[in-house]
Amino acid sequence: MLSDVTPRHAPWSPEVALETIGAHAGLRGPLLPVLHALQETFGYVDPRAVPLVAMELNLSRAEVYGLLTFYPDLRSTPPGKVRVQVCRGEACQSVGGHALAQHATSSLGVDFGGTTADGSVTLDEVFCLGNCALGPTVTVAGRLHGRVLAADLDRLLSNSNVNNADVSGELT
Amino acid sequence: MTTVYVPRDSSARSVGADQVAAAIELQAARLGARVEVVRNGSRGMMWLEPLVEVVTAQGRVAYGPVTPDDVADLFAAGFLDGQTHELGHGPTDQIPWLAEQDRLTFSRVGVIDPLSTQDYLSHGGLFALRRALAMTPQQICDEVTQSGLRGRGGAGFPVGVKWRTVLDAPGSPKFVTCNADEGDSGTFADRMLMEGDPFMLIEGMVIAGIAVEAHEGFIYIRSEYPDAVATMRAAIETAYQVGWLGSRILGSEHRFDLEIRVGAGAYICGEETAMLESLEGKRGVVRAKPPLPAIEGLFGKPTVVNNVLSLASVLVVLAHGAQFYRDFGVGRSRGTQVFQLAGNVACGGIVETAFGITLGEMLERFGGGTISGRPVRAVQVGGPLGAYLPPARFDLPLDYEAFAEADAMIGHGGIVVFDDTVDMAAQARFAMEFCATESCGKCTPCRVGAVRGVEVIDRIVAGQETAANVVLLQDLCELMADGSLCAMGGLTPMPVRSVLQHFPEDLDRSEGVRP
Repeated sequence: MLSDVTPRHAPWSPEVALETIGAHAGLRGPLLPVLHALQETFGYVDPRAVPLVAMELNLSRAEVYGLLTFYPDLRSTPPGKVRVQVCRGEACQSVGGHALAQHATSSLGVDFGGTTADGSVTLDEVFCLGNCALGPTVTVAGRLHGRVLAADLDRLLSNSNVNNADVSGELT
Repeated sequence: MTTVYVPRDSSARSVGADQVAAAIELQAARLGARVEVVRNGSRGMMWLEPLVEVVTAQGRVAYGPVTPDDVADLFAAGFLDGQTHELGHGPTDQIPWLAEQDRLTFSRVGVIDPLSTQDYLSHGGLFALRRALAMTPQQICDEVTQSGLRGRGGAGFPVGVKWRTVLDAPGSPKFVTCNADEGDSGTFADRMLMEGDPFMLIEGMVIAGIAVEAHEGFIYIRSEYPDAVATMRAAIETAYQVGWLGSRILGSEHRFDLEIRVGAGAYICGEETAMLESLEGKRGVVRAKPPLPAIEGLFGKPTVVNNVLSLASVLVVLAHGAQFYRDFGVGRSRGTQVFQLAGNVACGGIVETAFGITLGEMLERFGGGTISGRPVRAVQVGGPLGAYLPPARFDLPLDYEAFAEADAMIGHGGIVVFDDTVDMAAQARFAMEFCATESCGKCTPCRVGAVRGVEVIDRIVAGQETAANVVLLQDLCELMADGSLCAMGGLTPMPVRSVLQHFPEDLDRSEGVRP
């Protein structure tokens, strides 16, 4: 119900993409909900989906591409198994957010927006998660965590990797 | 059966509320105690989260912050009967921090089960809507205007006047949209209201629909708030089932359909015209005004755009009357504002109080100092586009006009506290950097100005021709403020100028001044 479900994504398929697009095509101003739905299904919006969306919604490819590149949430490449967001907003800055952000990039060895070489973690920065009285704040696999120090982040990451290993074990 | 409340608010969950709820259920089962755990919203005392409340003969008794490890001890101490414990705070309603507030808009948040229609009705829900159904659209607009309610999103435009404009505008259909793209760091009141009292927002939207003769509404919620999205969606589904949405609302002739739309990480979509573009399925690029959204808004039709708190406050106005609401506040700032104390503050959370309290009183009576224990050096009020104020300006009353006069703003009511370790030059740089990242790119002062702003501040901090570059920075700020299309570029200079004005020593990195 609430946010702590790690989504399991489908592999790319034009049929599934068309079905996903069709499910939202009837809305007023359907493009953003359609792209959200594609990302929920596949974990990202595959560039191969762009012409399909354009055709189904009677838009130009440029319009679809324009949205994809405008909105920070929308990604065109598959994400890592676990998405980590670190809040960079002022409220988190005031309680050690900079140090936490530096720890996140240095310990994972990626910059914000990057995915670790083994594909386990995608690290994103975010400007405010609405947890401003309990910062520094991060999300790990969709779950919000407050009052996070460097050691807490390490613990959260190792837990999520363990859990994630179980998940991939089930799937194979 | 004893009822125990453990919040489902995402902030409370971020510090372990789910684990505490599970531990209470487990321990109750072990001991054979008959306990019903209800997941409420948060009372807004964030430093006490997870805050557990037990319903006793003396009312609700509070314990917090509770960890799963405390649970066995709480049972042993008799917390189910409201017995004392080192984590105990006595009756929740008598906790001074809460008791000294004017909880009008937030009266139900943290009190009720957010998705229980029964709880909603037994705590005054639908009272305003029933009244609105007996009024004409003009009467509703007039009453809201008379209350003095101004938009809580930041701009402070009178809500009743906006509604009247939409009502009088030619065109069909008309739309009611709610801006729940609460992107300002240091603000979380919209989120807490949506998670803690979602029917209140729905009722506010329906009333707005009646007032402007619109039958369709959208709530635009930022993607960073997944729990608010889930709670609002569940509430809307329930509202349709019980006849609070859809056709023949409460048996009347009114029809109102409501839909949730989710943002995609762009701060600029909190600007009303960018939000409308995004709702239309376009890039969140701002529109030039005029035309006002009230005349040509969503899909070119007359559209109400209101913040979550504005729509929720309308219920207070209609339920208790315009005069009741007007009696709170000062000058042209009427009613209550839901302030959010955030950042480096010992007692952070929701402080709903009448306008007019000074910033210093707010920090002393409610903030309780910094969490780091160090002295407060600066407070940023009104989000990333608001001014940084030093203790010398804590005498300012929290009121729209007083803040505007001091080159500051109340905005959406966020108050972020910084201790004396803060580097104000870095904060000024961040304001420009944030603008450069989040600018929609439509107008040059914002798109290019923010990038140049970062560069100029870097040169100042590096000690390169400091005096000349400070003049250049001031010039740039003036240009951005006067020449930008919307508040993003137009207000980014506010925090930068406040640093120049109140903390010039941080920009002077010449030898021996500051490391």
